[in-house]
Amino acid sequence: MSRRVVITGLGPITAFGAGIDPLWEAMCEGRSAIRRLQAFDPGGFSCQVAAELPPEAFSVKKVVPKSYRKATKVMCRDIELAIGAAHAAVIDAGLITKGIDGEAEPTIPPQRFGCHIGAGLIAADVDELATALMTSRGSDGQFDLAHWGRQGMQNLTPLWLLKYLPNMLACHVTIVHDCRGPSNTITCCEASSALSLGESMRVIERGAADACLSGGAEYKLNPMAYLRQHFAGRLAKTNGEADAATAARPFDPTATGTVLGEGGGILVLEAADSAAQRGAKPYAEVEAFAATQSFCPDTVGLEPPADGESIADAAHLALDQAKLTAADIDAIVPFGSSIPSVDAAEAAAIRSVFGDRASSVPIVTTVPNAGNCAAGNGAVGLCVAARCLREQKLPARLNTTSAEGLDANACPSRGAMLNRILIITTSQGGQNAAVVLRKA
Amino acid sequence: MNRDTRIVITGMGWITPLGHDLETVWAKLAAGVSGITRIERFDASSFPTTFGAQVREYDFTAYVGDPAVHAHAGKNSQFALGAARQAWEQAGLGATDGLDRRRIGIYLGAGEGILDFDNYAKTDIESWDDKARALDPLKWAEAAMRNLDPWREIEQEPNMPASHIAREYGIRGPVYNCLTACAASTQAIGEASSLLRRGDADVMLAGGTHTMIHVLGLTGFNRLTALSTRNNELATASRPFSRTRDGFVLGEGSGIVILETLEHATSRGAAPLAEITGYGSSADAFRITDMHPDGRGPGDAVRMALDQAGIDPLAVDEEGRPLIHYISAHGTSTSENDAIETLAIKRVFGDNAPKIPVSSVKSMFGHLIAAAGSVELITCVLTMQHQLLPPTINLDDPDPDLDLDYVPNVARPAKVDTCLSNSFGFGGQNDALIIRRFAG
Repeated sequence: MSRRVVITGLGPITAFGAGIDPLWEAMCEGRSAIRRLQAFDPGGFSCQVAAELPPEAFSVKKVVPKSYRKATKVMCRDIELAIGAAHAAVIDAGLITKGIDGEAEPTIPPQRFGCHIGAGLIAADVDELATALMTSRGSDGQFDLAHWGRQGMQNLTPLWLLKYLPNMLACHVTIVHDCRGPSNTITCCEASSALSLGESMRVIERGAADACLSGGAEYKLNPMAYLRQHFAGRLAKTNGEADAATAARPFDPTATGTVLGEGGGILVLEAADSAAQRGAKPYAEVEAFAATQSFCPDTVGLEPPADGESIADAAHLALDQAKLTAADIDAIVPFGSSIPSVDAAEAAAIRSVFGDRASSVPIVTTVPNAGNCAAGNGAVGLCVAARCLREQKLPARLNTTSAEGLDANACPSRGAMLNRILIITTSQGGQNAAVVLRKA
Repeated sequence: MNRDTRIVITGMGWITPLGHDLETVWAKLAAGVSGITRIERFDASSFPTTFGAQVREYDFTAYVGDPAVHAHAGKNSQFALGAARQAWEQAGLGATDGLDRRRIGIYLGAGEGILDFDNYAKTDIESWDDKARALDPLKWAEAAMRNLDPWREIEQEPNMPASHIAREYGIRGPVYNCLTACAASTQAIGEASSLLRRGDADVMLAGGTHTMIHVLGLTGFNRLTALSTRNNELATASRPFSRTRDGFVLGEGSGIVILETLEHATSRGAAPLAEITGYGSSADAFRITDMHPDGRGPGDAVRMALDQAGIDPLAVDEEGRPLIHYISAHGTSTSENDAIETLAIKRVFGDNAPKIPVSSVKSMFGHLIAAAGSVELITCVLTMQHQLLPPTINLDDPDPDLDLDYVPNVARPAKVDTCLSNSFGFGGQNDALIIRRFAG
């Protein structure tokens, strides 16, 4: 006896801005936000381009109540993105929350309102930390730990640690919107958003909440995250800005790696009965969700197994759950990272699940437009999928020209009969997830 | 979701500051031994806090099949592998034929790994531009690639311990990591039990692992003034509920339990050690620094768990005893937590509160941060097995405002069939578990 769960609000946040409209328009028009990285000089890395949200396009201070503006001083960018996404999602869903109107009765009672926001390994800002560390150099120019403990650390703001804890994305969002129900922070790299959505779905199904803010966000546009992606062999090898426009080409045999983007998204998940009761118009039903783990010979899961078997398992489990087959799926939203080994595993999984149809089921890719938002990426894909179902339209695809055995090559946007979309992802570490959305 | 599905623990294991096996550590808990010493991991002598509860003499290679597979495991992964092996062996999973690895999953509340601080500081120094008072990004990238080790960077991802365990045991079912600060491993165990109830797996390895006993961890918590600075009485510094408590003490380690449905355990002849009957999760939605003064978030989580367990906090049994026989407190030894947790207990349990023994084993283990809940839950199982309440040590000078029975200083025999374990995270995510003796 479990409740049906629907999506009633979409709040992606990407280089195109906050909210579903800017992202959807960009995707339909075939625009990419990938340019030379501005946040820091990326000359030391193989990939010098990224999808960045221009400072003038989003200010976290504008999307929190006045009384909470001071709190924005202890927010890393990941938290800001989550707050922006939550704001957009709540408005899109037509919900009144404490964050929208502190005086009005909230639509969802606080204790029935959950929050599951996936996050990445958030690096402390290198300049901020370096500025403090440099005060503790000895006369020999080396770092002086004794001085640091005694004095140097005082140069860090007292709440420094709280700026970078991954659970602070959810915590700030729960404070702003007064979500007092179950709340979690899943940290499984690029699978975080999908796993969070799945958990929100289960929480609502089992009656522990009536609605959840669900998704993920990450800001990897900093030297430390770039370094780690470089070490993981994931970054595209670009030629300065010259190939900014084409660097991200999922499933193309010439792909060299991923291009990062800042962002993610929050979706409002709601019990179908709760949504109906308040007259909300859902985008889609979350019909099924499943998670699996790949057996990674490299242990740390930098390269998924080439056969994509566990990714396919996740898809099969999800289809079985909803008593569906691959024939019921009209489009696929994979991770589509443009990382060759990850693309290959996803492609293998898609071919395994869809068989002969694999070359004709349209794939939706978001990384060439909005970059790879890492822990937030799944939420971007889920938001786009939900909008596809609402509009009965597939967005344009960019860059890829020679995808083998998949319908993934660049093309303009087009109308389509879309009843169900399968969203899949894998992650660094080997966690996989699959979600089936059905048109509402 | 089948609400009648019973979830049992069939194996447990831990790596803690008091030792690395169930019996050794339990004996120390029963004897009121403190695990706190001067920090040896690095020279912390100049820090405001110079002590912690460290894992000692631990060689993880004894706990894995082929150490080369885990060659780059960070400390948190190493702890988790040791705890997982003990649990796996106790549950007899190695001896169970025909285990379907796709039906085994993992849910950890594992913290991030340890930054390679020495090389990080070296990198900053090499790329610092004194004139500009900033890092030169190109020099930083070059220095970072030279000084930092790719594997150590990759190992900092919070999903690494789960990925290591998955690799060790060939686990292919649902795998999650969450990082809701101090509540993480309690949440992981609770969500794992929910996954089992739903039928998404037959066996779940659940728990947590963490160490923040490193330069930036100590720095961050000292800047927050969250840690005790009782350097001249360090062994007794962790003194929950005491009038002179002055902050928590960093610990480290891992606890893992094997959860199964009773049906699955029975079918393979595994003996249940205990049963998880309730789980609750909530958010304070108040502040990132402080708990709500009414203890509302903790209260909600506890009530949700009691509700699931079918326990009325105000009821008594035929002997006039409350239905909860022991509360393993979050009990961090901070001024705020101990007071608000006490208030929350009183609000939930009313007149029963003074009759329920409450103790904090953080007085002995220190605070394992993300892993705290895992070792505290295992302690509850041992409490029920031995019918002996672990003490809150260092309670020689109780806070006059805190008047519950905190089992001061000395372990006490008691009839214990049902326990509540609390974990409340920085930022306001709260979790509670109810566990009872398995009676058949």
